[in-house]
Amino acid sequence: MTLSPEQMLDCYATMKKIRLFELRAAEEFAGMRIPGFVHLYVGQEAIATGVCRALRPSDYIVSNHRGHGHLIAKGGDFRYMMAELFGKKTGYCKGKGGSMHIASLDLGMLGANGIVGGGPPIAVGAALAAQYQGTDRVSVCFFGDGASNQGTTHEAMNLAACWSLPVVFVVENNRWGEFTHQSKHQTVEDIADRAAGYNFPGVIVDGNDVMAVHETAIEAVARAREGKGPSLVECKTYRIRGHFEGDPMKYRSQEEFREWQEKDPIQRFERKLEEMHLLEPERIKVIETAIRAELDEAVRFAADSPYPDLAELTQDVYTA
Amino acid sequence: MSTMTFAQALHSALKLEMERDPSIYLAGEDITIGTFRVTAGLVEEFGERRVRDTPISESAIVGSAVGAAVCGLRPVIELMFVDFIGVSLDQLFNQAAKMKYMFGGRARLPIVMRANFGAGMGAAAQHSQSLEAWFMHVPGLKVVMPSTPYDAKGLLISAIRDDNPVVFLEHKGLYFTATGEVPDEAYTIPLGLADVKRVGEDVTVVATARMVSQALAAAEVLAGEGISVEVVDPRTLSPLDEQTILASVKKTNRLVVVHEEVKFAGSGAEIAAMVAEKGFDDLDAPIVRVGAPFTPVPFSPPLEKAFLPKTEDILVAVKKVVGR
Repeated sequence: MTLSPEQMLDCYATMKKIRLFELRAAEEFAGMRIPGFVHLYVGQEAIATGVCRALRPSDYIVSNHRGHGHLIAKGGDFRYMMAELFGKKTGYCKGKGGSMHIASLDLGMLGANGIVGGGPPIAVGAALAAQYQGTDRVSVCFFGDGASNQGTTHEAMNLAACWSLPVVFVVENNRWGEFTHQSKHQTVEDIADRAAGYNFPGVIVDGNDVMAVHETAIEAVARAREGKGPSLVECKTYRIRGHFEGDPMKYRSQEEFREWQEKDPIQRFERKLEEMHLLEPERIKVIETAIRAELDEAVRFAADSPYPDLAELTQDVYTA
Repeated sequence: MSTMTFAQALHSALKLEMERDPSIYLAGEDITIGTFRVTAGLVEEFGERRVRDTPISESAIVGSAVGAAVCGLRPVIELMFVDFIGVSLDQLFNQAAKMKYMFGGRARLPIVMRANFGAGMGAAAQHSQSLEAWFMHVPGLKVVMPSTPYDAKGLLISAIRDDNPVVFLEHKGLYFTATGEVPDEAYTIPLGLADVKRVGEDVTVVATARMVSQALAAAEVLAGEGISVEVVDPRTLSPLDEQTILASVKKTNRLVVVHEEVKFAGSGAEIAAMVAEKGFDDLDAPIVRVGAPFTPVPFSPPLEKAFLPKTEDILVAVKKVVGR
């Protein structure tokens, strides 16, 4: 299923939005306006974009600690995202979650998660709800190579297979589980091979090729929606920045880094669109300028927003 | 009205609620058979869509309940033994308990996690623990612990109707031995409301689960010696009914707290500290707690017997606070 030129440009814009948001978040974080930790999605934009493009607004996604890109691809508003990162009451979570727990149930984004491997069982639960209620909604779980070793991930996959649940497991293999290279933290090269252990399809895709990710996602989502059960989509990609902002990354080889910089998903797609005469430098500039303006507004909004009232501290621990 | 066992009362609660609300489903290991018979027969009545046997995957059982709940279902899941919470704890305390708060209030997690607990059956260290203090300590969870069939049914129905994650703890020694009169229809007992199981004047004994009957037995003995014991059953440990406990201590001026948990850092520690803080002027004696020793639950029957707090221990504690 090919996308129209408009849709392709939309994918490009989404990737740019994610990239520029993350770089701006890095700036704000370095300027001490964002407390705590941020884990940036730079380099992985094609995955969130390509996958979410294959989803309906009513489908669910479950994310991980590196969740800004997922939320943006699912329709997240820069203002409420930045406000949440700043800890302001106008944020998506009223400032009470922060980067690692950012969520929008209205957008079907069931949360970033501070626990590696915390997402898969929850994504399976969302799929269970969809199946139980007889809707044809699909649940997508985004997780990394690190999480692929967590017991919770195995349990989630097995249960999803047993009950034939409409869930797509998208593993973003960015080669690094925190500070440990994939070659040290697991004995498989291809995480997709593990799907055979649960008797559902496992496919590999170039995670830095947004069109390829999208094509693969369409198939996996359709499979789930048709009641044929789960699948595992392994997106080969790379984590361009550190595990968290401020990570000196002493553990990484410059060679590997350069190799992957050359495969940057946004640059590659830019070139492709240019070849198709859908993009040229002028157009790129227009898109970038618009996004930067949106970001400036978002940062202003966040900076000007108040912190939550102190009464919020004890609110929403329970539903009344 | 019927005479029901603790297990039958719980079964009745599940059945009535499932009839009433189609968004309720059950999941757990071997629940179509029912390890302690509580869920037996429900799959025949409600079908496999609503009563699901799971693989042995506690994280997936609890975690999928989290996802299902946030998407509109009302899961009532079962841990075969509370001791198995270890292999699923993250999904309970980091996800279920915190999602509503972290997401700024939008999420609603109407989950009931039932689990049996307690010693006395030779099930040994990993199948006999009392862990309510762990759950009490987590903001976002509610912790319920009935002692009678009547309380069990009313509390389980309330727990199911509550829109929060509730840890519902059932002492395994009560399932078939505790019997009582229970209404056949649905009824609720509010969470967070204690029950005075025996009115008395001289000392308050706060007891939970199987210790309630031990406390009542002690009260009988002590009545013969001229000591009048009031037995208060919190029924819900979180939120705790401080008011009922403090009112009782105001009347009797003495407090003993008894639980089957290890005494050190058990639920009794919270209750005792709360009363010491808020009811100090009403106390005529130090507060005494009765609990299990600081050991894992032993297997060998005489050791397990020695481990378990019993009526004699309560007698000693009461006499200590009344100065006899």
